[in-house]
Amino acid sequence: MIRAVLLLSFLCATGWAQVAVPPLTAQVVDRTGTLTSEQRAALERKLREFELRKGAQIAVLMVPSTAPEPIEQYSLRVAEQWKLGRKKVDDGALLIVAKDDRAVRIEVGYGLEGALNDATARRIIREIIAPRFRDGDFYGGVSAGVDAMMGVIEGESLPAPKEAARFEGGNVGQALPVLLILALVAGGLLRALLGRVLGGAITGGLVGALAWLLVGAMAVALFAGVIAFLFTLLGGGRGYGYYGGFPGGFGGGGFGGGGGFSGGGGSFGGGGASGRW
Amino acid sequence: MRGFGIAVAALCTLLLSGCGYNELQRRDEQVKAAWAEVLNQYQRRADLVPNLVNTVKGFAQQEQQVLTQVTEARARAGSIQATPELVDNPEAFARFQAAQRELGGALSRLLAVAESYPQLKSDANFRDLQAQLEGTENRIAVARNRYIRAVQEYNVTVRSFPSNLTAMLFGFKPKPNFTVENEQEIAKPPRVDFGTKNK
Repeated sequence: MIRAVLLLSFLCATGWAQVAVPPLTAQVVDRTGTLTSEQRAALERKLREFELRKGAQIAVLMVPSTAPEPIEQYSLRVAEQWKLGRKKVDDGALLIVAKDDRAVRIEVGYGLEGALNDATARRIIREIIAPRFRDGDFYGGVSAGVDAMMGVIEGESLPAPKEAARFEGGNVGQALPVLLILALVAGGLLRALLGRVLGGAITGGLVGALAWLLVGAMAVALFAGVIAFLFTLLGGGRGYGYYGGFPGGFGGGGFGGGGGFSGGGGSFGGGGASGRW
Repeated sequence: MRGFGIAVAALCTLLLSGCGYNELQRRDEQVKAAWAEVLNQYQRRADLVPNLVNTVKGFAQQEQQVLTQVTEARARAGSIQATPELVDNPEAFARFQAAQRELGGALSRLLAVAESYPQLKSDANFRDLQAQLEGTENRIAVARNRYIRAVQEYNVTVRSFPSNLTAMLFGFKPKPNFTVENEQEIAKPPRVDFGTKNK
């Protein structure tokens, strides 16, 4: 019996031996424990600032090995799952290091293939990353490599990041989900603190003011305010657990400023370059 | 009378979408898009060839044979009209695949030959071209994989009930797929030789 189970698990293991794609928890995912937490934080800060400024998403993944797959195949699977870069702009890039394989690859999203082309990616690997890795300086290699990638992407004209776009344009469709969530969260809190009517009035006022700021049209702002007021006034008192679920699932694309990080829906087609050290 | 017409139209719509007509259309379109991407990447590779040949020529005049092979393979691959309709013609599809395989083989021989010319290897232009070629080969692999997946989904739809009836009615046929390129090599068991065999 035990032997059968062992055999079965062995078969499963061999049939399903691909290295799993780790979940995208932050801009830097280190499965090898090479980087210290300060180094990771520094890299993440750098990449987050770049995304806020430029809109493009860059992530770093370090794994022990990608065997039995070549790094290109594994890296594309990661890119397809993480979906770095904004949807339709496809401005994502991934720096992936397979430490024990001594292999490194820069995977480039469709939208960045012009700026960060194969030849440039290969140069970054050969001339900037590989020499530092050879000396055992992994943080230095990753950091300098990421700097070079950002430098190249900097020169490309990409659509402005979402954050800026939201305040510029009077796009009701873009502002609505934000307002809705704000109304739900703030409304729930204020109602608990101040009671139904007062909480609703304050939420309505807040949402109205924000809608006015974002959209610039008084009628829309008034409408949003009244809706928020009614929502808070009439909303059932049972949904606190429901409200609590919101901030966690938040953070796609341009919103990924605080804590969480997730891809924005960009696609990849196998562009980039690989190298060894 | 008019009400009857609308009812018939509604019934037809329901029947057709229920029988996977829309599904067939969608999958068919996906296959076409995936195929266009494959062609695109093959074209990208063909576009790299003249530049690569010229660069290698500058350093390795004596490798005339390999260079000619590459140029000829490129010409042959280019002579096959790579239209989207190629997908529906299994023979033309096989010919196209063979021609591309030949070009791929010739290019990898060229790169192997280049290994023995240190000056060529350190030439910046050659290195950039090599990176582009490697990147393009990888893109071809990705595009082919996506095409294989798209065809798989399409073929399953064409063959499974009840959408196979709709497919028959509207003439949707199963499409040919890529085969593994080095089937024979894989089929052969690997030979391990440690050089200590008794003779």
